[in-house]
Amino acid sequence: MVKISVNGTMHDVDAPPDTPVLWVLREWLGMTGTKFGCGIAQCGACSIHIDGQVTRSCMLPLGQVGNAKITTIEGLSPTVAHPVQKAWLELEVPQCGYCQSGQIMAAVSLLKQNPKPSDADIDAAMSNICRCGTYPRIKAAIHAAAGNAGKAGAA
Amino acid sequence: MPPPAMLAKPARHNGGTQMHIARRQFLTVATAAAGGLAIGITVPPAASAADIAPEIGIWLTIAPDDTITVRIARSEMGQGTLTGLAQLVCDELDGNWAKVKAEYVTPEANLASKRAWGPMSTGGSQGIRGSVVYVRKGGAAARAMLIQAAATQWNVPVAECSASDSVITHSSGKTLRYGEVADAASKLPVPAEVPVKDPKAWKIIGKGVKRLDTVEKLNGSLVFAIDVAVPGMLNAAIMACPVPGGKLKSFDGSKIKSMAGVRHVVAVGDDAVAVVADKFYQAKTALARLPIRWDEGANSNVNSADIAELLKTGLSATDGLGTGQKIGDFEAAFAGAAKKIEADYATPFLNHAALEPMNCTAMFTADSIEIWVGTQNGDAALAAASEACGLPLAAVKVHKHHLGGGFGRKGQQDVVRQAVQIAKQVPGVPVKLIWSREEDMRHGFNRPVSMARMRAGLDANGDLVALHARVSGQSIFAYLFPNGVKDGADPVTFQGWTTAEFGYNAIPNLLIDYAMRNTHVPVGFWRGVNTNQNAVYMECFIDEIAHAAGKDPLEFRRKLLARAPKQLAVLNAAAAQIGWDKPAPPGVFRGLCQNVGFGAYTAAAAEVSVSKDGVLKIHRIAAATDPGYAVNPDQIKAQVEGSFAYGLSAALYSEITIENGRIAESNFDSYPVLRMEDMPKVETVIVPSGGFWGGVGEPTIAVAAPAVLNAIFAATGKRVRTLPLRYADLKPA
Repeated sequence: MVKISVNGTMHDVDAPPDTPVLWVLREWLGMTGTKFGCGIAQCGACSIHIDGQVTRSCMLPLGQVGNAKITTIEGLSPTVAHPVQKAWLELEVPQCGYCQSGQIMAAVSLLKQNPKPSDADIDAAMSNICRCGTYPRIKAAIHAAAGNAGKAGAA
Repeated sequence: MPPPAMLAKPARHNGGTQMHIARRQFLTVATAAAGGLAIGITVPPAASAADIAPEIGIWLTIAPDDTITVRIARSEMGQGTLTGLAQLVCDELDGNWAKVKAEYVTPEANLASKRAWGPMSTGGSQGIRGSVVYVRKGGAAARAMLIQAAATQWNVPVAECSASDSVITHSSGKTLRYGEVADAASKLPVPAEVPVKDPKAWKIIGKGVKRLDTVEKLNGSLVFAIDVAVPGMLNAAIMACPVPGGKLKSFDGSKIKSMAGVRHVVAVGDDAVAVVADKFYQAKTALARLPIRWDEGANSNVNSADIAELLKTGLSATDGLGTGQKIGDFEAAFAGAAKKIEADYATPFLNHAALEPMNCTAMFTADSIEIWVGTQNGDAALAAASEACGLPLAAVKVHKHHLGGGFGRKGQQDVVRQAVQIAKQVPGVPVKLIWSREEDMRHGFNRPVSMARMRAGLDANGDLVALHARVSGQSIFAYLFPNGVKDGADPVTFQGWTTAEFGYNAIPNLLIDYAMRNTHVPVGFWRGVNTNQNAVYMECFIDEIAHAAGKDPLEFRRKLLARAPKQLAVLNAAAAQIGWDKPAPPGVFRGLCQNVGFGAYTAAAAEVSVSKDGVLKIHRIAAATDPGYAVNPDQIKAQVEGSFAYGLSAALYSEITIENGRIAESNFDSYPVLRMEDMPKVETVIVPSGGFWGGVGEPTIAVAAPAVLNAIFAATGKRVRTLPLRYADLKPA
């Protein structure tokens, strides 16, 4: 048994310590908002927060989490009240939506460290893949969430 | 801000947002309407349960609180079709958009009603334009039934009643809400012929209303097929023979049987093996250790270089003449031309790489098969499930889920067949099959590899008098629908270049033909299909000709498009948006192009710079599109923006290569795609000229690459004719 904290709740997980956190969340805890896209930390669909810092969970072993606090998309705001979720809703960011849990978690982490990111800051921080191509709206929504709406890179 | 209308909450454990058709029994199917589609279905009086909203015709239900639930037969994979279709129905209904929800029609209901809801296939940019006649009639018919019900209740003539925002008003001023007459309306016959609105009367069509399905994508609650949890479910990981066409020879399940969670190791068809375990992660881990022997078949020594040689022979061969257009006498005009231009182009195989990997959950019993899947074609998924287990069509139940990207790949039913074949070996137990990214990359239905030899002749005035395009490459139809191939011609090879589409039809001597050169690599429909390669070949070559003639690429095209006003209009719109008549900023260079495909007209202009070290930066794209009618301008804009991410991923980065018969790429490290840092600013100009319904999801992809390639030439003097661009040396000459 491994004890982990997810969205403020402690869980006992009966999985080997080398099990990636992505699969612990999805299959052991039934929390499917965090997505599988590549399994090699390339696409970012599995992005979660470890003590507030964005981390790709598909290559993060359960045994490395220790006492750190995990936050997933389900822990952000179920009613979509978080400023980043609100900006996403307002600017109609998602297309298929599959990557958006990871994009939102990455954006929340970015804004925590850099409350007023420039376009270049966003380009550097937001490396998650979106195959639908919502990048311009993600960028605009990050600016909007940062209160920078006028400077958005997208029309 | 109030929450937007949402899809009905997912059912308790499986997340299927679907009509509960099983609770109703169809009695009769009405005769086909003039358009050939049965729109009238008579249903028994609604069950007495108060929670069932009455059906007003087949396309919608209206609850006592005026909630309108619109039935959607096509699939939602991000393109916004679900919302657009609901707009079409709601506008004709004169419904209150704020109270609209959507739900999927189930494939089994469509089967049972002889396809009353029309085709479920969602491809070819047909979601809206292919449904537009009958869904609008469905909304209009429901409106007529509701007004009739109110008129009957009031005992007044229908002609004295009008409707707006889900409220019926009599000329005396009295009103009834739709929810108040829905039950009575549901008992009326569905009128066979109803008029639809003149476009000038539209209130919801043409508005950039918000999508109906966004909130669930922001809090992790949307249940994609990969997220399905059915009680008692096991999970499967699969590996098919890495050489397409090869077979499974043997495997030794005893070596992994003791691994954690492993329950079964089973052959799947004649070419794959699956591990079934408690968790997918356990299945995937065990599969990696399973000893497997393959019969790789005849193609295990084929490499990309062999395929390139095969295609090159096609360029200079003479088969396939007559497959495309022939106007005038190209060879004679070319022989007599004052100036000749010739160039060869090449584009690679491409994987779709939807972010949600292929997956399907299936449960088999002796007399039923139930599947949960994100598919672009619900009807075909149902048929594939039936075929794969041998049960009749009527024994199949399909739960359709939103797709985590489709792009054409999820119109194929291979994963459904596999999931059903696995489930059949574990009767009574639901099994979720998930492909690893590696499996997804290695077993795609790839965009076909192709090359083109382009030749042109200019007269002494620099006018284009002869043009020849010869494509050599793999045929989608030969792989998927061989019966559709006739005399060496594949019906989709010349997308954008057919007589009906091709804009440069003022060229006096034109020859277009195709050398079909097939390989063992599976091919299929990749968003935009062959318009993508054809636009690279034609639009870059037209640019080459313009430069050879010493003419401005825009002016040169304008003259060639003299008989193609819609193409000319989008080209002019893109040129105006980029500011073609004004100089670009210092160090920035421009290129442009136009195309037609999927019933819509598109054009793009790009601004790029290339550093002294050859590093490309795409600063800005101006894109124009004429889809005829624009149902939801904001979603069209989203599709146009996204088309540049998809099209530029292909242009800049992506390539599937063949090594020893196998696909060499395995994941996003070896198959790079475009990310935020490379995404240009996209300025979309929608110029809907009206009078027709064109596609939106695909037509813009084709103009992404040529606009940028032409701008790169302007910046560097280098003409990149082989994609992807990442192999090209762009250091200015």
